[in-house]
Amino acid sequence: MIEIQDVRKSFGALEVLKGIDLTVAKGEVLTVIGGSGSGKSTLLTCINGLEPIDSGRILVDGTEVHAKSTDLNKLRRKIGIVFQQFNAFPHLTVLENVTLAPRKVLGMSRADAEAVAVRQLQHVGLSDKLGVYPGRMSGGQQQRMAIARALAMQPGYMLFDEVTSALDPMLVGEVLDTLRMLASEGMTMICVTHEMKFAREVSDRVAFFHQGVMAEIAPPAQLFDAPQTPELQRFLAATA
Amino acid sequence: MFGYTFQWKQALARLPQMLDGALVTLQIALLSMALGILLAILLTVFRRSGSRILNAIATAWVEIARNTPALFQIYMAHFGVASFGIHLSPFTSLLIGITFNNAGYLAENFRGALKAIPDTQARAGRSLGMTPLQSFRYVVMPQMLRIAFLPMTNQMVWAILMTSLGVTVGMNTDLYGVTQDLNALTFRTFELFALAAVIFYLMTKTVQFGARLIAARMFRY
Repeated sequence: MIEIQDVRKSFGALEVLKGIDLTVAKGEVLTVIGGSGSGKSTLLTCINGLEPIDSGRILVDGTEVHAKSTDLNKLRRKIGIVFQQFNAFPHLTVLENVTLAPRKVLGMSRADAEAVAVRQLQHVGLSDKLGVYPGRMSGGQQQRMAIARALAMQPGYMLFDEVTSALDPMLVGEVLDTLRMLASEGMTMICVTHEMKFAREVSDRVAFFHQGVMAEIAPPAQLFDAPQTPELQRFLAATA
Repeated sequence: MFGYTFQWKQALARLPQMLDGALVTLQIALLSMALGILLAILLTVFRRSGSRILNAIATAWVEIARNTPALFQIYMAHFGVASFGIHLSPFTSLLIGITFNNAGYLAENFRGALKAIPDTQARAGRSLGMTPLQSFRYVVMPQMLRIAFLPMTNQMVWAILMTSLGVTVGMNTDLYGVTQDLNALTFRTFELFALAAVIFYLMTKTVQFGARLIAARMFRY
């Protein structure tokens, strides 16, 4: 379970999170929508401790992310994150990209790590690309590889930060299909996205962020069909 | 025309001795590069560590290495430390001096290379649970070494040429030292040093050619 309690965060004078309260249960798929600068991506990087917070608490399975005593390197093993920019490691083949962290962080043997990696790469449809360098693949393939790389750590949670935003429109579908598959398998996921149709389909709940505040949160049917706040009504009208 | 008769045969007769010297020169250059790269990586880690003391050490090193004569650096490694009762052989002093210089220049090259690698790479490593050092070691450093490969080749060329400064601290087994001694014996100054220059040229060209082959093999991405 991920518990976010009254989290505030500023970059200089700009307050990007103005007291966020949110709980994500095990197995839940939460999507987060909202305009640019609404704080939704920042929230993800706060959850895995890449960004410090100014006040409030974030608990992952009861462990406080920003407590001094927390071993973040250890905590991050159970929180996979995939970014808008795929961040493929260009100097490693696809297989090496996926086996690196299991070997170096989890201490798995090369053979074990490769077995896990091959399974995850099959999962995302890249089993024919094992020896290829990321630079030779499309954005969609690189992004699916990044998903497999995160999954190879066998995380309990997956965070997706606008993972289709940097993709050619033709390639969005294959990545969304991968996310749909994970959702159907019961993975606990938080997806920051601009893909409204996708959000409506896969989410248990959808949260709407506006200027650092979680303005609304509801199951998709309710949120999309009966928006309560004028901000969400405007946002949906603009993105429809 | 100038009343000087070239006697190339005399110089060429000394070629075997000079080639032995060239091997010593290569040995010093290779050692100083291997040590220099390791130290430059260490200096790079120091500069990224966030520690003020480590950063100051690394910055001072780079500043001195790049802004003082290489001759001064080699002198200090020999006569400078001798003032404190540390007596090093010319070989050791020359090696230390060139290594110091290499590390300083390479650390600066590495810094430039790091600028070309997006921060998101290290971040991606961290988000997979790697420590900052692991993320540097496995994600950032290999990319840095690739970008800095050409400057590293240049530094290797420079290291070969810098061995010639060894004569000032009494080095006489390297190519330049051997040539200087032969000159004192035979006075075939022009021929001997021209021959030495040709050997230097061939060594540096071989390094550049070899580097291109290595790059083609290693960097396939």
